[in-house]
Amino acid sequence: MTQQEALFRYAVRMGDNSLVLGHRLSEWCGHGPQLEEDIAQANIALDLIGQARNYLTYAGEVEAKGRSEDDLAYLRTDRDYLNVLLTELPKGDYAQTIARSFLFDAFHLPLQQALTTSNDERLKGIAEKAVKEVTYHLRHSSEWLIRFGDGTEESHNRAQAALDDLWRYTGELFISDEAEELLAKAGIAPQLDGIKKEWSATVDRVLNEATLKRPADGWMASGGKKGVHTEHIGPMLAEMQTLQRTYPGAEW
Amino acid sequence: MMESNQETLFQQKVDAEQKIEPKDWMPAEYRKNLIRQISQHGHSEIVGMLPEGNWITRAPSLRRKTVLLAKVQDEAGHGLYLYSAAETLGIGRDELVDQLLSGKAKYSSIFNYPTITWADMGAVGWLVDGAAIMNQVMLCRTSYGPYARAMVRICKEESFHQRQGYEIMNVLSHGSPEQKAMAQDALDRWWWPSLMMFGPSDKDSPHSVQSMKWKIKRQSNDELRQIFIDRTVQQAEVLGLKIPDPKLKWNEGTQHYDWGEIDWAEFFDVIKGNGPCNKERLTARQKAHADGAWVREAALAYAEKKAKKKAA
Repeated sequence: MTQQEALFRYAVRMGDNSLVLGHRLSEWCGHGPQLEEDIAQANIALDLIGQARNYLTYAGEVEAKGRSEDDLAYLRTDRDYLNVLLTELPKGDYAQTIARSFLFDAFHLPLQQALTTSNDERLKGIAEKAVKEVTYHLRHSSEWLIRFGDGTEESHNRAQAALDDLWRYTGELFISDEAEELLAKAGIAPQLDGIKKEWSATVDRVLNEATLKRPADGWMASGGKKGVHTEHIGPMLAEMQTLQRTYPGAEW
Repeated sequence: MMESNQETLFQQKVDAEQKIEPKDWMPAEYRKNLIRQISQHGHSEIVGMLPEGNWITRAPSLRRKTVLLAKVQDEAGHGLYLYSAAETLGIGRDELVDQLLSGKAKYSSIFNYPTITWADMGAVGWLVDGAAIMNQVMLCRTSYGPYARAMVRICKEESFHQRQGYEIMNVLSHGSPEQKAMAQDALDRWWWPSLMMFGPSDKDSPHSVQSMKWKIKRQSNDELRQIFIDRTVQQAEVLGLKIPDPKLKWNEGTQHYDWGEIDWAEFFDVIKGNGPCNKERLTARQKAHADGAWVREAALAYAEKKAKKKAA
């Protein structure tokens, strides 16, 4: 794998993580538990889709085959999507949405912070903007998780069940692939074990305040980073890509 | 002070173009009329999120997805401003929401029509937001201060909404034959319902006369409808699309377009609940509210625990 190939893969993955999670959050728009949350989740989805556009545009440039952000978003199948599985799971109830966001945000923030010192100017630039956004995302998901954990019995139980369900998708966040190892050596992307420490500390701090239990590490699902996904991403992409697939080559 | 004196003073104030503020004396009917209108307007923003929200996950490019999501988010924000304006008149948000969910309160009937193709995102922005703006620009000068100020903020965002809708129509109508047909089909379906948005004809509008006297409304339904038609016909010409009204014709004498007849039977039917999506819209709002009950309860319980800890 050349550095160019690794960088393409990395930018695609960062873009896919943000795009897929942004898409899932956008599904709440008009259906949230209160108006303020419709607005907040739309805001977060907009940040994430904005990040995805930056990454996918950059990936297209690195690849140098003339693919645009939309070519990459709308004309790849799930086997070429490289997001972590956690991001593609259905939105579930609001506890599942919040717990998923929290587990991802707690990983995403230290990752973006580390990327602000990347040797790659573009990744550095994207991260500088993203850090501000993701700081807010983590605050939002943490606050809600604490409200649920320390709210009513029902909200506590729902939040704990969501965490227990989602925990098996957290292992994949920290498994480096060849591209990440290559970029880490070049000072372009961070080592994931450092990110894991920060993630773990955030998880402990917030779960403690939320009076929720940290699930035990058991079997962990993985595959998204290699393009081997859950059954959930296919229908999501079919929906997202419908117009581009139905009218090939049309401008919108 | 005698009620009749207060009423005279109130009317003098309105006539002198002074804004009525929440603590000012106002006739009970003025208050009731405003609560009805502002809450209907707020409900329309909230229900209006659904037909457009329907396309967020299918928007055909990342840019379109971003713009559409931002637009629907604005509508949630407008709903909030309007509910807040209604609250200054002494009605609570819970009561407002209950009135919507129980079907007691109305919202704009336009949102009971389905958005079945992507071109509907264009037509809704161009025609529906275009018609709404006519009304909202007028309401920036309405006599009740909080309502007028909410409208000023809303109008700024609405004009962006209309532009993005027109831009979608422009791209489609200059695109492939299939896209152009999609744009024409959307115009065909949305034209008449958009004209209905201005409400019944002046002669049949039950609330209009008093609302004009109190300067809640400043222009009549028919006046606004005519301005909208005159403006939109020209925009359709630029798009190369045909307005679905065989009677549409420029009138040199009046300097306005003459046009056909609205199907008022359809209008009153949809208001009564017999539109294509009345049931779906209300069910979607009821479901969101019911599914979110435990979330709101948790937030409240947590806030109370925090407050107790702070007090202890």
